[in-house]
Amino acid sequence: MASNPFKNAASASTVSGPPSGGDYLADSVFRTVALTCAALIVVLILYILWEIGGLAVPAMAQHGLGFVSGTSWNVSQEEFGVLPEIWGTLYSSLLALVLGGVFGVAIAIFLTQDFIHARLAAVFRTIVELLAAIPSVVYGLWGIYVVIPLLRPGAEWLHQHLGFIPLFGTELSGPGLAPAALVLAIMILPTVAAISVDAFRRIPYKVKEAAYGMGTTRWEAILKVMLPTASSGILAALVLGFGRALGETMALAMLIGNSNQINLSLFAPANTLASLLASSFPEAGQVEVQALMYAAVVLLVITLIVNIAGLAIQQYTVRKFEGKT
Amino acid sequence: MRRFPGVTRVALAVLVSVGLTACGGESESPESGGHMEARLRISGAGATFPEPLYVAWMRRYGEERPDVSFSYEGVGSGEGIKRFIAGAVDFGGSDAAMTDEQIAQVSRGVNLIPTTAGMVVLAYNLPGVEGELRLPRDVYVDIFLGKVWRWDDPRLVAANPDLVLPSKLIQPVVRRDGSGTTFAFTNHLSAVSLDWRDGPGTGTQIDWPGGAMTGVGNEGVAQKVKISLGSIGYMEYGFAKRLGLPVASLENRDGDFVKPGAGSGQAALAAAAAADLPENLRLFVPDPPGPESYPIVTLSWLLLYGVYPEPEKAAALKAAVTWGLNQGQPIAEEMGYIPLPDNIAAAATRAVADIQ
Repeated sequence: MASNPFKNAASASTVSGPPSGGDYLADSVFRTVALTCAALIVVLILYILWEIGGLAVPAMAQHGLGFVSGTSWNVSQEEFGVLPEIWGTLYSSLLALVLGGVFGVAIAIFLTQDFIHARLAAVFRTIVELLAAIPSVVYGLWGIYVVIPLLRPGAEWLHQHLGFIPLFGTELSGPGLAPAALVLAIMILPTVAAISVDAFRRIPYKVKEAAYGMGTTRWEAILKVMLPTASSGILAALVLGFGRALGETMALAMLIGNSNQINLSLFAPANTLASLLASSFPEAGQVEVQALMYAAVVLLVITLIVNIAGLAIQQYTVRKFEGKT
Repeated sequence: MRRFPGVTRVALAVLVSVGLTACGGESESPESGGHMEARLRISGAGATFPEPLYVAWMRRYGEERPDVSFSYEGVGSGEGIKRFIAGAVDFGGSDAAMTDEQIAQVSRGVNLIPTTAGMVVLAYNLPGVEGELRLPRDVYVDIFLGKVWRWDDPRLVAANPDLVLPSKLIQPVVRRDGSGTTFAFTNHLSAVSLDWRDGPGTGTQIDWPGGAMTGVGNEGVAQKVKISLGSIGYMEYGFAKRLGLPVASLENRDGDFVKPGAGSGQAALAAAAAADLPENLRLFVPDPPGPESYPIVTLSWLLLYGVYPEPEKAAALKAAVTWGLNQGQPIAEEMGYIPLPDNIAAAATRAVADIQ
């Protein structure tokens, strides 16, 4: 390329030369391609929003905010409301986040804090990441035939003895919130674990040495030094995991029972926005499609809020625990 | 902000796996009844209720006419009607027939051809309860209204003195998609209960009261009942039979408790056939009389166009449907459907002959 600006800056009396034309070309091509790809992601998201939003506009105009607070989904009367689905989405995802988050971070600590040999840790990590490769239909089937029968005796006991607590207010007849949340937790586990492992790995070894040097025990070092230092990475892991849980469709459609109700009980069937979309879309009429598109917008907004909130918390922890601004 | 090298990697893996499973989620079951060398393809879609029968017919008929290949996709009556109106299929299937407004949307004309009939049964899952579960008509309405919500409800216990009913919640299971089975069931409930008629009403898709679980397709409801203890759901008889689900005896108009079966179904249809058959063959039987009659029966219709642009397609379709209406009826009986009474079958055969 003729306009290589490094050519002019080259000095004739050194062994190091300016980048060749090929180097310069490769560099600028890579830069352009990467920039285009990055821009395309933004364009794609805007296009999806525009397309879905456009289809949802009639439903938005007709139902307004009542759509978010309504509880019935009546196609023949054209009454649509997604409060039960919002409730089910957030409830199942939060439960999954608590379960998956605790186990994911525990796995990350186990794999990075010298509990086992580094090679064995690599094997474990690969196995955990393999969980992400299992199709969600398989998770759904596994939930139906393994998790539900496994949970049933415990759920029955809880309902009989602690039934006065709303959390255990119903029996687990089959599909319901508890098996759905449990399977969801396993599905987000690899995301949370893998990113948390990276977060722990990024802490310089000096930090741990310094902690030990100050006389901490192993657990003091892990809980009071390593965990806070890795907290922004762990939070990123949790936000991603939560996002995945919010959008998970197939396994939940199979496991949650698809029931249009708001119930505090862990064992009652419920519904989520994504599974409402999946199960209603194939044969929805025009009016229902508009309502479903509105529901998709609601799901997008929830995901957006979660991500922004996650980012805010993350930046706060970076300031607080890592001493950066 | 710091960067996370793992984030993009995992996000990609998640995206890929989600994408893969999203593709895998669709279930298609085009059943081909013909041979490889078939040159004429005729496709249909609609009700899941007669799907097993249509598949059996296609297999049997395909042996006689290997030159025509038929396919039928069980997608529910609502979707079947929609595809039929859009002209996406050569024929449709519906357990709710078609409404006058829907018929008016088809410029090529519509022929409603009753092909078979079936019973909507209430199948339940109550391990440990052996013997016949009897449901009085006010009770099964109230179960689906959410008013009777425990298996040891006094009214249920009173109707079943011989059974030990568990102290469990009743989990109703219903259809989510537009369905002729739902139409037949709610049409019956509206006929027996004012509360139902003025509440949820009749339709192919209902906003179900109570915390009902929903399933897609007859097989979806049957499967949910199968895996949920204490559940009860409505479905076509054959689906309950195939999964080995126990079905309840229902109280009919004459106050007798009747088990679903070929005999009780035929008795109910005979009563309907004795009443006059409408010109367009759209006969609903919301609450048949007679001491032997099973209370919830419905005809299932094939939706055919009045005129087909390709004459050979029309001829092949007419021959096949006529075959089903006559030679096909014994197969229906073997599979747990109710064979058509003679006068309905004759009227349907005449209507098929008019198709061009």
